[in-house]
Amino acid sequence: MSSKTIFDKIWDAHEVSTLEDRSSVLYIDRHYIHEVTSPQAFDGLRQREVSVFRPERTFGTADHNVPTLNQHLPISEPASAAQISTLSKNCEDFGISLFELGHEWNGIVHVIGPELGLTLPGMTVVCGDSHTSTHGAFGAVAFGIGTSEVEMVLASQCVLQRKPKNMKIEINGQLPKNVTAKDVALYVISKLGTGGGTGHFVEFCGSAIRSMSMEGRMTLCNMSIEMGARGGLIQPDETTFEYVRDLKFAPKEEDYNNSLEKWKMLTTDPDAEFHDEYFFKAEDIPVMITWGTNPGLAIPVTANVPEVKDENGAVDVEVQAAQEYMGLTSGQAMAGQKIDYAFLGSCTNGRIEDLREFARIVEGKQKSPDVIAWIVPGSQQVLKQAQAEGIDQILEKAGFGLREPGCSACLAMNEDKVPEGKYCISTSNRNFEGRQGPGSRTFLASPVSTAYAAITGKITIPDSLIPTPDSRLPTPDPDSLIPNPDPSHVI
Amino acid sequence: MSFKPINKFNSPAILLPVDNIDTDQIIPARFLKATTREGFGEHLFTGWRYDKNGNPNPDFILNKEIPKAEILLAGHNFGCGSSREHAAWSLHDYGFKVVMARGFADIFRNNAMNNGILPIDIPNQYYSKIVSMIQENPDQRILISLECELVEIANSNIAFPIVISSFRKQCLMEGTDLVDYLIQQHEIIATFENKR
Repeated sequence: MSSKTIFDKIWDAHEVSTLEDRSSVLYIDRHYIHEVTSPQAFDGLRQREVSVFRPERTFGTADHNVPTLNQHLPISEPASAAQISTLSKNCEDFGISLFELGHEWNGIVHVIGPELGLTLPGMTVVCGDSHTSTHGAFGAVAFGIGTSEVEMVLASQCVLQRKPKNMKIEINGQLPKNVTAKDVALYVISKLGTGGGTGHFVEFCGSAIRSMSMEGRMTLCNMSIEMGARGGLIQPDETTFEYVRDLKFAPKEEDYNNSLEKWKMLTTDPDAEFHDEYFFKAEDIPVMITWGTNPGLAIPVTANVPEVKDENGAVDVEVQAAQEYMGLTSGQAMAGQKIDYAFLGSCTNGRIEDLREFARIVEGKQKSPDVIAWIVPGSQQVLKQAQAEGIDQILEKAGFGLREPGCSACLAMNEDKVPEGKYCISTSNRNFEGRQGPGSRTFLASPVSTAYAAITGKITIPDSLIPTPDSRLPTPDPDSLIPNPDPSHVI
Repeated sequence: MSFKPINKFNSPAILLPVDNIDTDQIIPARFLKATTREGFGEHLFTGWRYDKNGNPNPDFILNKEIPKAEILLAGHNFGCGSSREHAAWSLHDYGFKVVMARGFADIFRNNAMNNGILPIDIPNQYYSKIVSMIQENPDQRILISLECELVEIANSNIAFPIVISSFRKQCLMEGTDLVDYLIQQHEIIATFENKR
C-alpha cells in the first residue's frame, strides 16, 4: 500500500526491523520517566549490569506521588519519600536528566514534555503512563507502556510492539459555546465505549479539530486512551508550528526551518485507508459530564441518569452497579446534583488555558462554602504563568488557592484524596471506582463545568444559573443564582 | 525480567464476569509506592475484596470457598485504564497465570505477556455458556495448551483456539526476556540510528 496515514508514516520511519509475526522493533525518539513506573526497570538494568543505551533521549520528572503543598519541605510519608529519592538516585546513576521536585521545569510529565519542546512532530514518544497519548497532539506517535517496556527502552531505545490499525475520527463544524475539547472527548468516548478504540491508533481530523488550540488538542489526545485506543494524533499545522517555535528544547533558527520542512510532510495521503472511521458534527456535541464509573458513562449535562432497565425490562448490570456506587438513581437530573469537591488539574486539564478558563468564570464570584476545591497547575511553568497573569489573585478573591504542581487528586497517590462517599467534579480523566480515593465518587467534566459547580456547589449547566463576565450573554433569572438552601446545611 | 515458562494448564477458573475491569480495580494507585515487583498480590482487587476496615468482603469471589485455580475469567475489555504493570504483577503474585476474557486493553495484554501471564480471548458465542457452566460447577476444569493454541472446556463440546502471535507464543513457552532480546539487537539499532 503506497498511500499512508500520518501514523503509518511515523511508525514505518521508526521500524528498526520487523519480526515474522509483524511485530516491530520500534525506535523511540523521546522517553519520559516518573517515580512510580520506573524503579523496577532500573533494578532490571542493575541486575543485568547494563547501562542506559541512549540516556540523552530520556527525561525524568517527579509527578505522580508528590505533595501539592509545601514541596520545599521533606515528604513526611516514608514510602513516598523513598519513591521520589529512588527516582533521583536512578537518574543520577544512569546519567538521565531529571526535573525533580522544586525544579523550575518540574511538573506532570505530559505537561512538561510539550511545554519544553521535548515532544515534537513526527516523533515516537513513550512513557510508563497511559496518558502518553497526550503528545499525539503534536503529530507524534505517542503511547503508554508498562514497566517491562520502560526497561526495554532504557536498555535499547526500542520497544517491541505490533503495529495498531488506523482509526479516523473526523469532527467538522463549530463547537457550541461552553463546549470544550474535554466535552468532545467525553462525547466521543460515550459513543465508542471504553473499548471502542482497542487495537487502533486514532487520527483526529476535521475543521473542529483544526480550530482547537494546542492545549485543547492535548486534552483530546490525552483522552484517546479512555476509548481504549493505543493513542491519538492530530496532523501538525500552523498552530503546532507556532506553539513549538520558541520552546526551550525545540530546534532554533535554521534547524527550526529544516524541521519545519519535514513536519509539513506529516499529512495523511488523500486515499489512505482507515480500518475504522467515525464522523461527528461539532454542533451536535453538548457540554458533557460523567455519571458513572468509567469515562464512557457520560451524558449531556442537561440529561438525566440513565434507566437501569431497558424498554423490555432487562437490567443493565453495568448501569446498575455504577448507579449503586455513585449513589444516583435512574432518571435523576444531573444538573442540581450536589458536589463536595472540585478538582482542576491533571495531564488532561492542568494547563494554562484551563486555569484561564476557570478563572474567567469564577472571577468576581465566590466559591461555594460547601465545596473543597483543589486547583493544581500542571507544572511549575504553568504556575508561574498563572501568577504572571494575575490568575492567582482572581482565584484568591473568589476563595480558591493555587497549589503546587503534580498529578494530585487525579489518581490520589498523595494526600489529595476525596473521602468515601463524597462527590468530586473533576477535570481529570478517570472516574473509576476509588480512583480519587477509596469510595470516592467522580464526575468528569471540563474546566468550565468544574468552575460553575465549584461556585454553586452543584452540577450546573454553564450560563444557566449565574451570569458570566461576558456581557453578550442573555441575563439569567436572578432568583436562580442562589442555590436552594439545603436544610441539612443550616447549623 | 525473566519469568517461568508456561504451556499447559488443567485448572478451574475463578469467575469475575464483569466488563471493563480497569487497572484501578485490579490494584489502586495508593498501593503503587513500592519500588520492587513483589508482594502486590495481597492488594489484588482491594476495593472489592476488603471493606473499608480491611476485613474481607464475604460476597467477593476471592473470599468465598473456591477451588485452587490458576485461571481468572472476566468480561469485556479487561485491564483497561492505566498502564501500571503492577496490575499484571498483582495477578501473577496472587497465583493467576492465565486470564480469559472477552477482550483485553492493549497495554494490559502486553504487560501480562511480559510477565508470563497468558491472555486468552473468549469468543463471544461461548462466553455466557462458559460462565454458566462455572457458576453451576465451580470445579469445572479448563484445559489449555499454548503449544497447540487450544482451549477446551472439560466434559463439554466447547473448544476454541488461542489467538497469539508466533513470536509471543515462543516467548511465553520459553520464558524469553524481551529486554535481553533487544539488547542483542544493539548493533542493528545503532545502524538504524546512523542511517536516519
